[in-house]
Amino acid sequence: MIKIDSLVKEFGAKRAVDGISFAVERGEVVGFLGPNGSGKSTTMRMITGYYAPSAGKVSVGGHDVVESPLEAKRLIGYLPENAAAYADMTVAGFLAFAAELRGLAGTAKKQALGRAVERCFLSSVLHQSIDTLSKGYRHRTCLAQALIHDPEVLILDEPTDGLDPNQKHEVRNLIRELGKTKAVVFSTHILEEVDAACTRAIIIDRGRVVAQGTPDELGRPLDEVFRRLTTADTAKR
Amino acid sequence: MKSIWVIAKRELGSYFTSPVAYVFLVIFLLLTGFFTFTAGQFFERGEASLAAFFGWHPWLYLVLVPAAGMRLWAEERRAGTIELLMTMPITPWQAIAGKFLASWAFLALALALTFPVVVTVNVLGSPDNGMIFAGYLGSFFLAGAYLAITCLTSAMTRNQVVALILSVVACLFLILVGFNPVTDLMARWASPALVDTVAAFSVVTHFDGFQKGAIDTRDLLFFLSVIGFALFATNVVLRNR
Repeated sequence: MIKIDSLVKEFGAKRAVDGISFAVERGEVVGFLGPNGSGKSTTMRMITGYYAPSAGKVSVGGHDVVESPLEAKRLIGYLPENAAAYADMTVAGFLAFAAELRGLAGTAKKQALGRAVERCFLSSVLHQSIDTLSKGYRHRTCLAQALIHDPEVLILDEPTDGLDPNQKHEVRNLIRELGKTKAVVFSTHILEEVDAACTRAIIIDRGRVVAQGTPDELGRPLDEVFRRLTTADTAKR
Repeated sequence: MKSIWVIAKRELGSYFTSPVAYVFLVIFLLLTGFFTFTAGQFFERGEASLAAFFGWHPWLYLVLVPAAGMRLWAEERRAGTIELLMTMPITPWQAIAGKFLASWAFLALALALTFPVVVTVNVLGSPDNGMIFAGYLGSFFLAGAYLAITCLTSAMTRNQVVALILSVVACLFLILVGFNPVTDLMARWASPALVDTVAAFSVVTHFDGFQKGAIDTRDLLFFLSVIGFALFATNVVLRNR
């Protein structure tokens, strides 16, 4: 479903992503690991069409993201970093807005809203304005937005960031469940999530893939593998 | 078309869920009232026209239109929602048009709420209502031109204050190149042809015709070109984020 071929993104003189290639098929949940600033978010932003790649190709469901962005974007549900959402809207209003932009209307829209609200446990805050929500609820609202059109591809940038342990557990279960029928990529730097939700993990460091495989293939204990493969923030670059 | 409407609907809604809309409408109406009746000496003029009303619009809009439009893109950038918007299956044009049209409709509403001056002048005398209509049309396009420029400056920054200042300066420039004291000053050293050419870039020059009751396609074309150019530049700025 997702095919990435030697993707590069440069910001001025800095290479944030330096030739990343991988593919994700339906039924896979890929954990995207790496230290802060290793290029996880930048890569995800190129998959979703927010950034144009400096070089390389991304295609989603066979559609090149740069050449036919609308076809590719239709297949993707995206949870951006920090779960951005329009603060002045109510949860219901925001989800309806997302559904309408996805071309849903009438009963289809109503069903989509109901399903997303149920999946993300939002019914108790449905008519609350987003700026009054706790971080966990805001995160789930943005996740619901990503799920609203039942997309075939899910790109989730740190979906469990800022959630309490119960919420983390729920979101991981949700991701595992969704991964049975969809292609899911989620970024995290919490290693236990790899075991909890992923079928495969990709570790990147300084814009390059340094390892990939099932959690078992990568070796145990995971955090030791991670530390060996990646550069600490404090290390000299 | 439908996506433009969805975006415009949300944008208009956000004017009214925050105090922005109400503060803007009250201030706009107070100021138009003050400028027309006190500073513009509406009654002392003794003529049944709205010259005292429309004459102030280029100056009044100078601050108010950028204030109404400064959040359009700057706020999306600050809150990070621009990432959400730009990864939806819509073209950047649809987002730009939706936001612009929503704000323009809001300014049209503010302008429509000045109807009491039309009633007043009609009760007191018998004005040329065709001329008043032309004035309103010109004022609407003037607001649109300022708004498009504000869209552009708003897209350049995540800071609303920076967007406000940049657009006020840009709009002020568009007034001054055709403002009589400035053109007189320029006429001292520049040839009349040059002065006219420069003044042709001014919103004041093109708004004058409307105030006199003339709906000239060249004036309409000028305002539409400013809007078109500024929105095109907005697209370029957003693409190069």
